[in-house]
Amino acid sequence: MGDQCGMTMTEHTLDAKEISSISGITMSPSRQYGQTTLHSSLSLHKSYSGFSPFCSEHSVTQCISYINQEACSLGLGTVCIDLCLGGEGLKAVPVLNLLYELLQINRRHQKAAEELETQQMKNSSDMEHLQHSHSRLKDQLEHTRRENSGLHEGERQLQLKIKTLQRCLKSEKEEVQKLQSIISSRASQYNHDAKRKERECAKLKERLNQLLVEKRDKKLAIEVSNPVGRSDGKRGLWKTGKMEARHEGEMYKALLNDYEARQRALMVENTELKKVLQQMKRDMVSILSPKKPQARGEASDDSLEQVCSDGEEEMCEASRECVEQSCEQAREKLTNSIRQQWRRLKCHMERLDSQASLVSAPDREGEGEELISRQVHEEEVLRMRLELQQCRDFIQTQQQLWQQLSSPCDDETAALLSGCYTLEEKERLKEEWRLFQEQKRNFEKERKSFTEAAIRLGHEKKAFEDDRATWLKNQFLTMTPFVDRKRPATLESHSTASSGAEAKMISTPVPPAKSVSYSAFTTPKTGSACVPSTVDLYRTLRLIPESSLRSQGRRGSRQDFSSLSRDLTKPRLHNGTADCSLLSLLKDVESPT
Amino acid sequence: MNFSELFKQTNQLCRLSPDGKYLATCVQYRLVVRDVNTLQILHLYTCLDQVLHMEWSSDSLFILCAMYKRGLVQVWSLEQPDWHCKIDEGSIGLVSSRWSPDGRHVLNTTEFHLRVTVWSLCNKSVSYIKYPKACQKGMDFSADGRYMALAERRECKDYISVFVCDDWHLLRHFETETQDLAGVEWSPNGCVLAVWDTCLEYKVLLYSLDGRLLSTYSAYEWSLGIKTIAWSPSSQFLAISSYDEKVRILNHITWKKIAEFEHPANISSTKVVYREVEKCPVVVSEDLSSSQITVSSSLFNTQMLKPDPDRANPKVGVSLLAFSANSRYLATKNDNMPNNVWVWDMQKGGLQAVLEQTGPVRCFAWDPRRPRLALCTGNTKLYLWSPAGCVSVKVPVEGCFQVLSLLWHCSGDSLILLGKEQLCLCYMETEDAPKP
Repeated sequence: MGDQCGMTMTEHTLDAKEISSISGITMSPSRQYGQTTLHSSLSLHKSYSGFSPFCSEHSVTQCISYINQEACSLGLGTVCIDLCLGGEGLKAVPVLNLLYELLQINRRHQKAAEELETQQMKNSSDMEHLQHSHSRLKDQLEHTRRENSGLHEGERQLQLKIKTLQRCLKSEKEEVQKLQSIISSRASQYNHDAKRKERECAKLKERLNQLLVEKRDKKLAIEVSNPVGRSDGKRGLWKTGKMEARHEGEMYKALLNDYEARQRALMVENTELKKVLQQMKRDMVSILSPKKPQARGEASDDSLEQVCSDGEEEMCEASRECVEQSCEQAREKLTNSIRQQWRRLKCHMERLDSQASLVSAPDREGEGEELISRQVHEEEVLRMRLELQQCRDFIQTQQQLWQQLSSPCDDETAALLSGCYTLEEKERLKEEWRLFQEQKRNFEKERKSFTEAAIRLGHEKKAFEDDRATWLKNQFLTMTPFVDRKRPATLESHSTASSGAEAKMISTPVPPAKSVSYSAFTTPKTGSACVPSTVDLYRTLRLIPESSLRSQGRRGSRQDFSSLSRDLTKPRLHNGTADCSLLSLLKDVESPT
Repeated sequence: MNFSELFKQTNQLCRLSPDGKYLATCVQYRLVVRDVNTLQILHLYTCLDQVLHMEWSSDSLFILCAMYKRGLVQVWSLEQPDWHCKIDEGSIGLVSSRWSPDGRHVLNTTEFHLRVTVWSLCNKSVSYIKYPKACQKGMDFSADGRYMALAERRECKDYISVFVCDDWHLLRHFETETQDLAGVEWSPNGCVLAVWDTCLEYKVLLYSLDGRLLSTYSAYEWSLGIKTIAWSPSSQFLAISSYDEKVRILNHITWKKIAEFEHPANISSTKVVYREVEKCPVVVSEDLSSSQITVSSSLFNTQMLKPDPDRANPKVGVSLLAFSANSRYLATKNDNMPNNVWVWDMQKGGLQAVLEQTGPVRCFAWDPRRPRLALCTGNTKLYLWSPAGCVSVKVPVEGCFQVLSLLWHCSGDSLILLGKEQLCLCYMETEDAPKP
């Protein structure tokens, strides 16, 4: 605001610009002093003059000299007020210059005072803030100290607990050890007892046996009406050494038979396995042999493999022989050959794998041919194409059918089709239609409220402009020396108040006055006016993409308003999308019938 | 499937002769021998007291009836009904009596396991074997009947004596590396003797016929060990069931573990579970009715008993093991899931099926010819499983007949169902029986 005033002033006094700048420079060293003296002298003058004017017709010269003196003391010595030749009036130019100088000084001082004030305020607020933070930190410190002591206490207690637990553990361990020793001693004791008992038992049995034998139990007998022959029809034989040898022989024969049987079984198994091995080898050879020339032509670094394939025939022969030979001699050869072939098979598989991976790249089509034979590949492609064609046909027929269904057809089929749609679906569509109508109504209402708000804002703005004009006028009037003289005491307080108001204005975001409607919706006043309608708007927002809705939800309420307003500044587009969906809905509603 | 009428029996003493021609039953102190096909009584013998044990000789010519309370054994001849034999063990008492494999000797174990008396029916001779061990299975004959293995205890050490059954010649006598030997069992081919230790220690020892130690197997330590073992009929596998609810299978070449069958409470959905469900009484015709068994293949939780740890012989672990005749399937029962029978496929080395019954399974037995499992749970039904599926058949007889035990005829064509005091024959329809 001050700038604005300054600007207006400079416009008025364009010619005095040079002087003011010079005076500004010269004034600055003695600024502080001058101000005080002016102030004191003014107050001094005020005190004795009271409400009487400073200058009367009689005291013009004194006044002029006084002013000159004062101006000199203020460092404005270059400017001197002189009487006109006639002594009747003043020379206007120096007076005006002086006045201008004084005004400049005054303004500068005011500005400095304001700055100092704001500085002071800032400092005080800083101070307050620091005090707050200081006290808070103190509290925090206190709190942490208390916490710390609490934790220390807890730790101490836990350590005590640990100690007791350790003691417990130790005692438990000792207990366990004791029990274990008891158990082991008991076990040994019981074992000993058991053995003793068993021995006693055996002794008793022996004794009983002896008694039985000595007593010749009368009852102990067998009564057979007539003895029967042996089951094998042979007669019993005397126990002789020969018999013993025969038994031994029979036993060994039985064992031998068993081992022979087992060996036979193993032999059979072995031959089976050998057969399988042979077949596997043959298969392996048949798999690997057609690769041989290719491997030679293709991979020159596969020297090992080439050697392998060279020696393959012999190896095959050798292994065939091996099967016929006994295991000890052939084992090494056999395992070697198998190992080699296995390695080759692995190589082969790896190569196949790598080829398969190469085939996946489109530019290596040529190499892939080896992997999958061309014929198979083409067959596959043909088959897939056929399938694709079939699918396409299928889709087309489906589309046709769908079109037939959707297009208005003769009454009969329409009636038939209408019957097909369930009541539920109809209900759903009706519901949607209703909802949509509601949304539309809401939208209309909103639009109306927005226009109303815009009109109101126009009014307000006009009022504001009026206010501003009057205020500016007042301001301008206060700046005149007449008012200064009339109300010198109230001037300062007024300026501070105005500066405070200004600061407040700055702190609140100034609405960029681009368009009327925009600013209207950003001000909270009008925002509150459209609160009921935003609720409805959310409902209508379902028509706009989901992402914007989500972003709105994430932002604060203030941003919400602005974003809404941004959306609403383009009502045409909005309406357009709504119309589109409306149309589609209509189509949906109508198409089934 | 046909059922005979009910016959009386006591103590579930009912045995089929090894040749499959006769059926012997004991009713109190009478021994009744019937023809299996006609069920007509062929012979009737009267014993001196109530019979507690009865056994056919291997040649189906003699029947042994033991009366343990009196210390008496009576032997009857089928060929000569008036022939008789009575063996009196006298004051020393009798706890067990059995035939020797040749059917001409009777082996009696006296009380306190003082000795084993071998009585010959040929020459009335008697011989004693001292120090037999009192244990789960202290005596076993090889399948060909040539050898007998006997566990002995002398001076707090376990020994095994191998006898030739022909003339009771002691072939081998060797000490075993066991704490407290629990049982011995010959492999079906008679060349390997499996010896297992007491339940306090998991240990299986495999001895050759000539007394060499072939291998030792121990799955774990410091826990209750083996419950029982079973050889596959092919002698290829040795199944060991233990208190940890697992069955471990050893092979006959390396004697190493080749499979481990767990018995989890949760069975994954890929396995077939036959669950019997209680329903309102369904009208059962004479045909098989499969309506009472549902196949459930979703994740399945089975009922599990919590064993009492403070009591001896806790009801936990696998107690019953049986291989099918072709050695393909193994049926097991876990004691803390008494309602379930688990069937394992030895070829796949995994679970084949689980049969969950409504009551605890009392007994199961494989058909001696086909892979077909019969089981009973103490109710009026007979359950049959085969790889093709599972059926339950209600025994169509008057009155209350609860099947407590069952045994197959050696041909696999009929089945004897034993109740508390009655028995019933069940004839399979051989024409359309499922082929293995």
